[in-house]
Amino acid sequence: MEIRPDIFLIIFGAALVTFLPRVLPLMLLSRISIPDWGMRWLSYVPIAVMAALVAQELFLDGGKFAALSTNVELIAALPAFWVAIRTRSLLGTVVVGIVALMLLRMLF
Amino acid sequence: MKPESISEPPLSGSSQSSDSTAVPESSDTFLQGVKDCLPTLLGYLSIGFAAGVVEKTAGLTLAEIALISIILYAGSAQFIAAGMIAAGSSASAIVVTILLVNLRHLLLSAALSPYFRHLTPLRNLLIGSLLTDETFGVAIQKSAARKQISERWMHGLNVTAYLNWFLANLAGAFFGQWIASPEQWGLDFALPAMFIGLLVLTIMGRRKYLLDITVGLIAMTVAVLVSVLWSPSMGVIAAAIIASTIGLVIERWK
Repeated sequence: MEIRPDIFLIIFGAALVTFLPRVLPLMLLSRISIPDWGMRWLSYVPIAVMAALVAQELFLDGGKFAALSTNVELIAALPAFWVAIRTRSLLGTVVVGIVALMLLRMLF
Repeated sequence: MKPESISEPPLSGSSQSSDSTAVPESSDTFLQGVKDCLPTLLGYLSIGFAAGVVEKTAGLTLAEIALISIILYAGSAQFIAAGMIAAGSSASAIVVTILLVNLRHLLLSAALSPYFRHLTPLRNLLIGSLLTDETFGVAIQKSAARKQISERWMHGLNVTAYLNWFLANLAGAFFGQWIASPEQWGLDFALPAMFIGLLVLTIMGRRKYLLDITVGLIAMTVAVLVSVLWSPSMGVIAAAIIASTIGLVIERWK
């Protein structure tokens, strides 16, 4: 049970740069009124961010295109998508994704 | 037991339109925030568990895992931190990468800000400090058909998600001692699967399928291209800005 100084520095720095983007818009933008088009633009942001994160996880490997022929993550994503659409369950999606990837790695 | 709210001024006449009076008051309590968090708890429990395992196998101690889940409190950032610490990256490289990955919180925080105009900056700081993709997703669904979100409700949601995350990380760290390679069990897929689930749930909740799927596909394309050509962190930012703008343009000129 110990916290090493260099690890503490990394965690503290990462926490600080995560904290500021979380709180600043809420603190500042609440004071001014955002125009209608701004609100509509913001409504697409969550979808764009999630889609971007999914694409990075599935198609990239260490900053490069993942070779499609060995990309088991991409195959495991199919049942995960299917379960998400059919059940709308976050847990179901995560569990099916994990189990699918585990089975795929056992096979290939 | 509902706490007395004598100290809180009533809603101003102008903001209290017919739609907000139709909302029952019981949906604004701390306890209701806790309840609205429940459907997401198990999903994040599994991701927090996976994060704990990955952090443990990356060589972090139990105390360090507790610290990172308490003060960083961000799933993707914790996976990235664990990976980069294990790979021996420099502290500055890790912090800059996490800054870029978590810049998306600027957009989430901005998107929520119109619903918390009734609060002071200091109280908005408390709301924002525990903002995650998950609590944002629940809150933005709550915001449908209303002009503001209850502060107590949001705290109930945030604190529940926060405690759940902390306990899940510790459980993962504890069991991680016996799991040599999380990849063998597919645990590294917890994060992408969560993003898939959040993406699908958000699109299905909005019922603007064609437009949203178009925006999503553009975001995926931009994210991959910019990640390969520039950097993965810029990929997310560029995808968010470009795809959201195209979505707005299509909506306007359709």
